[in-house]
Amino acid sequence: MSTRRPVTEGLFATRDDGSIALLGGYSATSGKFHFPRLPACPYTGADDVEAVTLSTAATLWGWTAVTAAPPGYPGEVPYGFGIVELVREQLRVITRLTEADPAKLEFGQPMHLVADVLHTDDEGTEVVTYAFAPVGDTR
Amino acid sequence: MSTGVVEVTGVGIHPFGRFGEKSATEMGVEAVRAALAEAGHPPFQAAFCATAYGGVASGHKVLGALGLTGVPIVDVEAGCASGGAALMLAAGAIRAGMYDTVLVFGLEKMPKGIIRSSFFEPWREEAGLAATPSYFALRAQRLMRESGVTKHDLAQIVVKNRANGVHNPDAMFQKPTTVEEVLASRVVCEPLHLFMLCSPNEGAAAVVVQRGARPGGTVAAVRVAAAVLRSHLPGSVLGEATPMSGIDDRDIPPPTTLAAQAAYEEAGVAPRDLHVVECQDTDASREVLAYEELGLCARGDAAKLVADGSTTMTGRVPVNPSGGLLSKGEPLGASALGQVVELTRQLRGTAGARQVEGATVGLAHTVGRGANAAVVILTT
Repeated sequence: MSTRRPVTEGLFATRDDGSIALLGGYSATSGKFHFPRLPACPYTGADDVEAVTLSTAATLWGWTAVTAAPPGYPGEVPYGFGIVELVREQLRVITRLTEADPAKLEFGQPMHLVADVLHTDDEGTEVVTYAFAPVGDTR
Repeated sequence: MSTGVVEVTGVGIHPFGRFGEKSATEMGVEAVRAALAEAGHPPFQAAFCATAYGGVASGHKVLGALGLTGVPIVDVEAGCASGGAALMLAAGAIRAGMYDTVLVFGLEKMPKGIIRSSFFEPWREEAGLAATPSYFALRAQRLMRESGVTKHDLAQIVVKNRANGVHNPDAMFQKPTTVEEVLASRVVCEPLHLFMLCSPNEGAAAVVVQRGARPGGTVAAVRVAAAVLRSHLPGSVLGEATPMSGIDDRDIPPPTTLAAQAAYEEAGVAPRDLHVVECQDTDASREVLAYEELGLCARGDAAKLVADGSTTMTGRVPVNPSGGLLSKGEPLGASALGQVVELTRQLRGTAGARQVEGATVGLAHTVGRGANAAVVILTT
């Protein structure tokens, strides 16, 4: 099995089986979640941010597909891009989508978090980020 | 708060487009010379230069080429609203009694293709989460869902603005288009087709602002009734701040609305008083969203304004008579001041074939990364 590394540290935790969980923050005084985790609450500046692992279940809030590679992006096109709303936290998250055909997606459809290989770097290491996939997508 | 009258006494523009090896400095020099000549070469006590990609001392390079240094020269970066930010600083300084005359100019020479912005961390580019048109596309999709706007409506905006641009010799595109042609152009990010997106490009614009009435002028005096800049409140995942996450934002006013409300109050006008508007049409849906955010219609009613032709040249409030960014292209630092040049000509009655008859109150709007939103209101 080839080695893997996250696209950046601090976005998500990786379990032994390769599955991931997003790392967010929660401020008790503001009552709000945020992602990625910041030193202070981005809504109020409160310094009571508690490290939380965000839920993996979400619904689809908006989507499109990127058809031409943007600057600094070494992966394949087209790729899905959108916003999901985490069911438990009611937090809207910018994300890649595993589905790159906009016609196959609909508002409110159930989605779940997956690890997504972006590309293989010069050392042969797979670079991984987070993405959301339609529930039932077996990938 | 505004005690003094601030007038626009001279405007100048270098056409927006692509100009090969010509530098942003050279373009800035042309725009500045035109504006200063129109104002009668008044001595100015300060200069603000708007640019996002110009680099170190952009303003000094322009004024250095003209032997006009010695005064304070400050470069201003506020994304797409940079020119509005520069004008706000100039007008505010005049009102505060600091200066009598200020030169404001903007210039840009944008890289080609999808805009690469130092705003994004490298990992966000690597993960494919930094494609600017994809954020526009998500916003367009939500607007279509929430305000009943259709793809045909978006194409109609492009047709309107490109028809206006035919009469603007300073625009990049001066050919009309059709709904069919817009919808036949390639899909960049569903629902946005290539013709629905403005082209980043090159250009410059300059404005001379002065305290009080202009003595012996031959053209109608144009006043800066308001020049306001606002940033975003936290929360909107689709806002121009482009955060990685957000919350339910229905009750969070966007920066354009914050700037517009403050500008209306400062100028003492209401949206219904506007005769002409130049607004940020980075993509076609951005213009339609601005109708709601600027209060040209109620929230959720933007589609009606497109359908009934209210914003065409013969409608109740023509929007983007210059052709907008969809015709002119967008040189970030110059675009807001390009709008001010257009409105000044409209209010003077010298806009030629694209003149909005009898216009005496105009609004210019820019919004972009930061988030930054600028609203400028000019009156006669």
